Amino acid sequence: MNILTYLIPVALFLGAVGLAAFVWALRSGQYEDSDGAAERILIDDEE
Amino acid sequence: MSCCAPGAETALDLALPSDDEVRLAARQLGNGVSQIDLSVPGVHCAACIGTVERKLNALPGVVSARVNLSTRRVSIQFEGGVPPLVPSLASIGYPPHLFDAAQESGDQALAELIRAVAISGFAAANIMLLSVSVWSGAEGATRDLFHWVSALIAIPALFFAGRIYYRSAWSALRHGRMNMDVPIAVGITLAYAMSLYETATGGEYAYFDASVTLLFFLLIGRTLDHIMRDRARSAVIGLARLQPRGALVLLANGLREYRPVSDIRAGDQLMIPAGERVPVDATVDAGSSDIDASITNGESAPLPVAPGSRLSAGMLNLSAPLTITATRPVSDSFLAEMTRLMEAAEGGRASYRRIAERVSTLYAPVVHLTALATFLGWIAFNGDWHQAMTIAIAVLIITCPCALGLAVPIVHVVAARKLFEAGVMLKDGSALERLVDVNTVVFDKTGTLTLGSLRLTNAGKIAQDHLAIAQELAGHSRHPVAAAILAVSIPPGEQLEEVSEVPGCGLQGRSGTIVWRLGRAAWAAPDAKGLQGTVLSRDGVPVASFMFDDIVRPGARDMIANLKRDGFGVEMLSGDANSICASVADNVGIETWSGELMPVDKVSRLSSLGAQGRKVLMVGDGLNDAPALAAAQVSMAPATAAEIGRQAADFVFLGQRLDPVAYAIEIARGANRLVHQNIALAIIYNAIAVPIAIFGYVTPLIAAIAMSASSLLVIGNALRLTGPANVPSNPIRPREREAAA
Repeated sequence: MNILTYLIPVALFLGAVGLAAFVWALRSGQYEDSDGAAERILIDDEE
Repeated sequence: MSCCAPGAETALDLALPSDDEVRLAARQLGNGVSQIDLSVPGVHCAACIGTVERKLNALPGVVSARVNLSTRRVSIQFEGGVPPLVPSLASIGYPPHLFDAAQESGDQALAELIRAVAISGFAAANIMLLSVSVWSGAEGATRDLFHWVSALIAIPALFFAGRIYYRSAWSALRHGRMNMDVPIAVGITLAYAMSLYETATGGEYAYFDASVTLLFFLLIGRTLDHIMRDRARSAVIGLARLQPRGALVLLANGLREYRPVSDIRAGDQLMIPAGERVPVDATVDAGSSDIDASITNGESAPLPVAPGSRLSAGMLNLSAPLTITATRPVSDSFLAEMTRLMEAAEGGRASYRRIAERVSTLYAPVVHLTALATFLGWIAFNGDWHQAMTIAIAVLIITCPCALGLAVPIVHVVAARKLFEAGVMLKDGSALERLVDVNTVVFDKTGTLTLGSLRLTNAGKIAQDHLAIAQELAGHSRHPVAAAILAVSIPPGEQLEEVSEVPGCGLQGRSGTIVWRLGRAAWAAPDAKGLQGTVLSRDGVPVASFMFDDIVRPGARDMIANLKRDGFGVEMLSGDANSICASVADNVGIETWSGELMPVDKVSRLSSLGAQGRKVLMVGDGLNDAPALAAAQVSMAPATAAEIGRQAADFVFLGQRLDPVAYAIEIARGANRLVHQNIALAIIYNAIAVPIAIFGYVTPLIAAIAMSASSLLVIGNALRLTGPANVPSNPIRPREREAAA
C-alpha cells in the first residue's frame, strides 16, 4: 500500500498538468478561430 | 481571384463605412497604435485569408492584420491615421462592415463556462479513478484515504463550477421563482456535506464522484447552449450597420467636422453625400436628390426631395449630395420612436414561459418533498436518523435533474446547428419553442416578400440600341432604376459624352449633336403629354419607356402555397401604396392584406390577431416593422433588414429565398417532438430509479451508472434531429457550395 503514497500524487500532478495546459491554450486564444486554423495550413508562405 | 464569389449569399448592397466611421470605431491601444475589427462576411477559405491578409499588411501604417475565419472578422492594428482599409478590402472583393464592439461582452461568460467545464472535468476524472478503486474493493484506511483525496479534489470543482449554479439558484429563489438550478444546487451541496461526514466517521459510501460528474455533465450542456447563442449573435452583429456612426457637420466658421451621431443637436447643418443614410430626422436646406425610404416606411419607389422636404433617420440618399438641418437629436428621432414602440409592444414574448421552466416548477418541489418523505418514513420505520439521512440524500442525488438539464438545451443546440447550416440564425432557444405553436404567418412586403430592388419588366419590347444607350447613361447613377436597367445584359453600345445626373429628374448625355435623356417623363420629354414613369428621349422626343416592378423573392409563391396547404393563415401588412400591395399580394398568392399602414397599425393588427387566439410569426425587415416584430409571438427578419429589426427578430435568415421561414417551422416542430421525448425519458428514468433509492438500495456505483446512462440516452435522442432533411436551396456553407459547383 505504500506505493499509493506516491502514485496518487503523481496521478493528480499529471492531471493538473493537463488542466494547466488546457487553460493556457484557452488563454492564449487558440480556440478563438478553429475554422481558420484548419484552413491556414493551406496557405503557402511566400518568403 | 478566389474560389469564393463574395457576396453571393447575401443581398447586402449597402454603402461601405467611410474612413471617418472607421476612425470613430477604432480603439486606442497606446503608443499611437489603434485597433479596428471589421466584419468581412465574404471570407470563406484559405485563399480568402491569404488574399485579405496580404493586401492589408501591404498598406502603409498597418502593423498587423489577422483574419478570424470562425467569426468572419479581420482585426487590424495600425499606426497614425486610418489607412485605406475599407476601399482596399472592397477592391479585392471583400466589402467590410463595422459592428458594435459594445455587444461583445458575452465572451466573459463563455470564458467562465469553459474554465468551469475544464475544472469539473479534471475533478470528475480523478475522483472517478479513486471511486473505481473503492468500488473494486478498497477497504479500511485505504478507502478513507481515497475519500479524503476525493473530498479535496471536489472543493475547487464545487467552488469554480458550482458557483454558476449557486448564483442562478439564488437569484431564482430571491425572486420567488423556481428553476432547474435549485434542485441541482441543493443536491450537490447536500451530497458533498454528507459525504464529508461519512468520510470523517469512516463510513462506507461517499458521493463525491456523483456531485462532481453531475456538475461536469450539466456544464457541458450549458456551455454548448451558450456557444450556440453566441455564434448566432456574432453572425447577426457581423452584418452591415444601417445606421451611420457619424455625419459631416458644417460649422458656423465654414469648417467641416465629422462628428458621432450622438453629438448631433437639433439645428446643426449636415452634409449627406450620395449613397449615405440620413443619421437624424431633418429637413432639406439645399440640393435635390432622390431618397430611398423603403427601410423606414416600406415604400418601394424612390422619392424625389427638394429644399424644405422632411427626412427621417435611416433614409438613404441616392443621387446627389444634400445639405440638411437636423430637426431632432438622434435620441428623439424616428429610430428612437420605433424603439419605444417596440418596448411597449413586447407582450407575447415576455409572458411566454419556457418548457424547462414549466417542468422545473413542478419538478423541484416534487423531488424535495419526496426526499423529505423518505427521511421521515425511515425515521418512523426504525428510528435510525443516520440511515434515514443517507437514504434521503441518495434520493436527492438520483433525482438530480442531470438528464432533464440536458434534455432541452442539447436539442436546441442540435436544431440551431441545423438551422445555421441552412442560413438561419437562431438567437434564443425559447424562440424555437414559441415557433411551434404558430398558426399564422404575417409578412411585410418591401424587402421581405420582395427583395426591395427593382426589375425591368419590358426589356424585350425595347430596341437593343436604345437599351444600350439607356445603359450607357444609367452607368453614371446609383439610382435603383438605373441599377435595374444595368441588370439587363446586352452588348455595350456607343459611348456618350458629357453625361451628367440631374437629381430628382434623371440623366443626360450627348452623342455628337444629339442629346439623350433618361429619367422622369415630364423632364426627359416635356412636350409629350400623358407619359408616365421612366423614359428615354432623343432631343426631347420619347423613344422608349421603361416598366419596373419590385422583384418578388424567388420561391415565395410556392412557399406561401405550402404554408396555406399546411393550414397556416397567411397575411401581408405593408406601409406601401394599396395598388402596389394588391399586385404583389396577387403575385405571391396572399388573399388577406392591408396597405398604407403606419408602424402602430401593424402592431394593433397583430394584437387583434392575438386577441383572436392566433399565434403569429411576423416576418419583416424595415424600421417600421420593428415594433411588430417585437409584438409578435415569434419573429424573423432577412439579413438585409434594418439593424433594429434584426435585433428585434428571433431568427435572421440569409439569402434571397423565403424558404427558411417554412424550414424553421419544420425544424422547430421536430425539435419540439424530441424535447418532449427527452423529458419523457428523464421522467421514466426517475420512475424506475426513485423507488430503488427510497428503499435504500442505491450505492454510489448505481448512482454513477444511472446518471451517465440517462444523460447519454438523452443526448443520443437529440442527435436524431441531424438526420437527412430537405434543406432549402440556399445553404450558406461555402464548402457545400464548392462541392455542388
